[in-house]
Amino acid sequence: MPKAPTGIPGFDEITFGGLPKGRPTLVCGGAGCGKTLFGIEFLVRGATQFGEPGVLLSFEESAQDLVVNVASLGFDLAKLQRTKKLAIDHIYIDKSEIAETGEYDLEGLFIRLNGAIESVGAKRVLLDTPEALFAGLSDVGILRSELRRLFRWLKDKGVTAVITGERGEGTLTRHGLEEYVSDCVILLDHRVQNDAVTRRLRVLKYRGSTHGTDEYPFLIDQKGISVLPVTSLGLTHGVSRERISSGVPVLDEMLGGWGYYRGSSIMVTGTAGTGKTSLAAHFVDAACRRGERAMYFAFEESPGQITRNMKSVGIHLDRWIKKGLLHIDSARPSAFGLEMHLVRMHGLLDQHRPSAVAIDPITGLAAGASEHDTAVMVLRIVDFIKSRGATGFFTALAAEDDLQSTSLSISSLVDTWLLLRNIEVNGERNRLMYILKSRGMAHSNQMREFLLTDKGVKLQNVYLGAGTVLTGSARLAQEAEDRREEIRRRQEDRRRELALRASLAAVDAKIAALHAEKQTVEKELTETAAEGAARRKAASGDQDELKRSRGGN
Amino acid sequence: MKSTGAAKAKSAGKKTGNEPQYRLRLYVAGQTPRSLQALSNLKRICEEHLAGNYRVEVIDLLQKPQLAAGDQILAIPTLVRSIPAPARRIIGDLSNVERVLVGLDLLRAG
Repeated sequence: MPKAPTGIPGFDEITFGGLPKGRPTLVCGGAGCGKTLFGIEFLVRGATQFGEPGVLLSFEESAQDLVVNVASLGFDLAKLQRTKKLAIDHIYIDKSEIAETGEYDLEGLFIRLNGAIESVGAKRVLLDTPEALFAGLSDVGILRSELRRLFRWLKDKGVTAVITGERGEGTLTRHGLEEYVSDCVILLDHRVQNDAVTRRLRVLKYRGSTHGTDEYPFLIDQKGISVLPVTSLGLTHGVSRERISSGVPVLDEMLGGWGYYRGSSIMVTGTAGTGKTSLAAHFVDAACRRGERAMYFAFEESPGQITRNMKSVGIHLDRWIKKGLLHIDSARPSAFGLEMHLVRMHGLLDQHRPSAVAIDPITGLAAGASEHDTAVMVLRIVDFIKSRGATGFFTALAAEDDLQSTSLSISSLVDTWLLLRNIEVNGERNRLMYILKSRGMAHSNQMREFLLTDKGVKLQNVYLGAGTVLTGSARLAQEAEDRREEIRRRQEDRRRELALRASLAAVDAKIAALHAEKQTVEKELTETAAEGAARRKAASGDQDELKRSRGGN
Repeated sequence: MKSTGAAKAKSAGKKTGNEPQYRLRLYVAGQTPRSLQALSNLKRICEEHLAGNYRVEVIDLLQKPQLAAGDQILAIPTLVRSIPAPARRIIGDLSNVERVLVGLDLLRAG
């Protein structure tokens, strides 16, 4: 199905290309939901970005009012009118001025619309909102059949039309426009929860096309509407093999030796006072040391508080602020709605263009909004940071009893997840840190004791022995005990060695004695043999002498 | 009504030398039966109630579509009373005489 791109960031992604080309689309929602703006942005971007002029047929606001209203969003309707890229006609009806007598049709409306379309060669039309006709004319039967005819006529004309409608009680639009416009229906919503405003958009229906079915939050900021789809999540981001330091050497060591991946998302969860902020400060500090720009969003402390507190643990952030490398932005979570937070953060990230972004704590955003809303927003922030190739560092406050629960369902999104926890034993509280996961690197499975020193975070090997993990003074005591034990063992060894050496010497002495004895015996043996031989020789000599003396033979 | 074009001026009744007190414009879109019906109804009513004191202009929007916006024309046929002020408009085929008279302020409602 051919589509007409709206140019509204995010919207064309969730509809896989935009609105159905050459067909009408109904955009409905309550008062102030942004439906008129949606339509106007569709026209303006069509005219400026896609070479498709448009017609705005307004049933409510006058052309002048519209021009003024959207000027704040950077839409210059007057200029578009001058350059023949936009025609605006204001349809005004006042029931009190009109008497009805007998049959009529709305051919006048058709003629005006047609004239406007032809005057600029329009490919796009916005009708905002034809429901106003119901207030001006009393013959509902005629109105309905004429509206049906109008939408069919628009289709025959081949213009891509947006028709807005005010949400009714239990119906999409007060006067059932959805009956006539059935190709594509978009619902805009505008909710206030705990004083925070959240806008959402949903594609209710899109005949002949797949579309995202979720409710997507959207923003209206100084650049118009932007829908925040989550569809592109993590799948299209460029991946870096470059590694960057966490700012804590031992932690880098634990992360396969080199620290985090550039462009990855890191989350650290922990209960109150476990040192999450210090880790975040190390992270931005390390980025600034590399000469990169960093951004720190703080939801609990002011910039002054953070720099002072971090100085006490040896992290000097103020010098980076002075150099213009680091920007700390503090805002109360309840200061504005989630949507506005997101807008602000987008804006600041655009302005500052950091390569490292810390949000401390990301759970701070949850104040004043439902869990689901926050999760969705957080997803989008994380995604946004990731999509810009920046490395994101998020701290999350966890409940004492369930460390992994406040992950705001972004745990699947983060690449590296560090856990900090307190251990209370023997009247003291110590911190432990371990790596819950870290994608794409061989990482340590060891717990480390996490110490905050005046030179920053230190990670200490914990005492691992006899099946227990000991930290703090228990670890120190155990280590001292181990040392004493070691000395005792060494002395014992020495003693045994001496004893063994002594017995070895004794054996050697014995061997020497036996050896001497052996030599004596051998000597004796040789002498005995020699004596025997001499004797036998002497005897034989005697007999020969005897024979000769007897004169015989 | 002729379809020669544009706005067709049509006056009726006695020429008094003064401008007629009632100026009416009837907007139509081509010679549809409904338009013709409206025009003949209008003529009859004017002759009966405003004889000699009115001028009717018939505007065919198929010929002059640009005139539709000026008088905020939506419905066809629409009769606009431009003079005397304030402007009044009556839509439909003008088949209900009483309503037309009320619409033109020639008769009080009820």
